[in-house]
Amino acid sequence: MAQPNSDIKFLTPIAVDVKKKKYCRFKKSGIKYIDYKDADFLLKFVNEQGKILPRRLTGTSTKYQKKVAQAIKRARHLALMPYVADLLK
Amino acid sequence: MLNQYETVFILTPVLSDEQMKEAVKKYQEMLKSKGAEIVHEEHWGMRKLAYPIQKKSTGFYHLIEYKTEGPLIAELELTLKRDERVIRFLTVKLDKHAVAYNEKKRAKTQEEVTVKEEAN
Repeated sequence: MAQPNSDIKFLTPIAVDVKKKKYCRFKKSGIKYIDYKDADFLLKFVNEQGKILPRRLTGTSTKYQKKVAQAIKRARHLALMPYVADLLK
Repeated sequence: MLNQYETVFILTPVLSDEQMKEAVKKYQEMLKSKGAEIVHEEHWGMRKLAYPIQKKSTGFYHLIEYKTEGPLIAELELTLKRDERVIRFLTVKLDKHAVAYNEKKRAKTQEEVTVKEEAN
């Protein structure tokens, strides 16, 4: 005899969180030094106003977040990146 | 102890080519005469600034990488600060990772140059 109950069980979608795990890209790819002269790369860590993105968005580890922040600040000093901007991206 | 440093300075765009070369030479010679060992140099040429500095929107970037004792840095920075041709400068002490990174980058660009030469 068929079991109607087992079919019905899958009619309602099962709520599963498929959140993608964040990771620190520096730890993963073994980057030890963040170059402040490479403004194009640092652009990944700022929003379109030129503000530094928080760790909770980029997934960078504390150790490298500090270095990213330092590099961005150096790049800003040398006018390689703006302090304030509109529509940077 | 000998440390490795890196200085980037921006010269005003009002200088002629010759004046610019002279300014760069002044700093090279100053470093050399004070016993610093220049490891690497890069001239980025005229670049657009991300924001205006002293009402200028462009500047000549020059980078010098060198090995020296600590006290020379203060002296160099003071002369940079007093020089009207320099609108911005930054000196950074390079740690071992930075030195390795720069060497790797240099080797890579050199490789590209040789490949290009071979292609020609």
